[in-house]
Amino acid sequence: MATLAYSAPSLLRSRGARAGVQWASLALCIALWHLATTHRWNLGIVTFENVPTPADTLAAIIDLAHSPKLVAHLTSSVRRIAAGYVAAAASGVVLGIAIGRSQWSRLALLTPLEVLRPIPAVAWIPLAILMFPSSEMSMIFITFTGAFFPILLGTIHGVEGVEPRLVSSARSLGAGNRVILREVILPGAAPAIVTGLAIGMGTSWFCLVTAEMISGQYGIGYYTWQSYTVQRYPDVVVGMLLIGLLGMGSSALVRIAGTRLTPWLAAGRIR
Amino acid sequence: MSAGRIQLEALGIALGDGASAFTAVRDVNAVIEPGEFVCILGPSGCGKSTLLAGLAGHVAPNAGRATLDGKLIEGPHPERGMVFQQHTLLPWRKTLDNVAFGLKMRGVKKRERHLRARALLDRVGLGAFAERYPAQLSGGMQQRAEIARAILNEPRVLLMDEPFGALDAQTRASMQALLLDVWSERRPTVVFVTHDIDEALFLADRVLVMSHSPGTVLEELRVPFARPRERELVTEAGFVALKRRCLALLRYPLASPMAASNDAPARIDISHSVLS
Repeated sequence: MATLAYSAPSLLRSRGARAGVQWASLALCIALWHLATTHRWNLGIVTFENVPTPADTLAAIIDLAHSPKLVAHLTSSVRRIAAGYVAAAASGVVLGIAIGRSQWSRLALLTPLEVLRPIPAVAWIPLAILMFPSSEMSMIFITFTGAFFPILLGTIHGVEGVEPRLVSSARSLGAGNRVILREVILPGAAPAIVTGLAIGMGTSWFCLVTAEMISGQYGIGYYTWQSYTVQRYPDVVVGMLLIGLLGMGSSALVRIAGTRLTPWLAAGRIR
Repeated sequence: MSAGRIQLEALGIALGDGASAFTAVRDVNAVIEPGEFVCILGPSGCGKSTLLAGLAGHVAPNAGRATLDGKLIEGPHPERGMVFQQHTLLPWRKTLDNVAFGLKMRGVKKRERHLRARALLDRVGLGAFAERYPAQLSGGMQQRAEIARAILNEPRVLLMDEPFGALDAQTRASMQALLLDVWSERRPTVVFVTHDIDEALFLADRVLVMSHSPGTVLEELRVPFARPRERELVTEAGFVALKRRCLALLRYPLASPMAASNDAPARIDISHSVLS
């Protein structure tokens, strides 16, 4: 019963030491960035001559933090991501279950989806504008395309991985198709679905700048792109960092929610 | 009410399709009486698990038919409970809910089904583990929970596919005793697949010995020992004689039943047996 938990190497045993390594790596990245930009490194294939320094970027952050537009930028983007993501999660999980469970759905749906999958978000822009009456809807659609495929593939993978003996066994106990879906397939596929959802959250942010190229005034992606067109490069870096942080944070939230929803996984690890 | 009479008529089962299809079970004829404890004994890969899956309704026969109380077996049904060698408890359900799963399917209210599941868990020594997930139980406990789940559903037939095959010898012996104990109370018909001769002879009223693939019934042996049976039984002369007979049948898997019965080897070398 009592199995020893995996013991980490001695240096990393304490929580503080682990956090220390993580912060140190972050500090090192910023230090390198600082050196590269202040000394205007030119490495031949890549040059940092025109890249904003951390100090310039910090000044731009402070400017943006005092700007009345910040909240509008944030809420516009978060709203678009949320709408696109929820639509992607719902359709990705439903279609993934259908494709994973039924040969018919797989043959009918998977080929067109595989054709659509490699199309980058930016290539969707013209059609998105043509297809949707409002630019808001077009933008939501672009973030949807980013999140949809990781969620779909995660769900298919999870559903196919469900132990067939569990299904047989549940049938022998009197379970019908709906119960099998609810009690066996969904929980069995849950870990892979959660992974798909977390990756989809990240890729949805990935498409934000593309989506907000359509935008007229607000959004972090819009802010980033707009700053580039008016040559305010420190603002570009601020936009990039904001997208990175929000993407990382929201992916982490999805993972935490996923862990809460799958308590048996943790129970299996720590006995 | 007739309860749990199984009839197999020229039953054949093929697995796989297309070029990779092969006959796993061929021409099996047998009648298993209500409340009888029958073991199917055979070398590994002989199709005995496939035969059991056919009775469970998890695979369809391609020849002949299998009936329960005169009704054709066409798919899984809770009247035919199944126990697998590797447990099939739902990893996301606590032991109590796993054991109560069949009752839930029958629409028994939560309070009632938990009450009955708890009583049975106490009976099989898992009372303290009701709130644990399956991954938090040892192999023997998981198997006890698996059996408890099948039994609580009160099936007319209990189909068991080497349920103790993965357990250590001591756990296995206590599980066999527990199984006989529970079986003697409710008396479902039991079809128990094993490749362990001692296990088959200790448990069964009757042993069906199967041949190598494609599996068919070579011979059936009555096991006349009185119940309740004690562990010491396995050293008694009658038991040893039957065991020798089984070994002979299993050692010459390709020989005809007649040849095997006439030609029981004088010296039995277990180390060379297909069972080792």
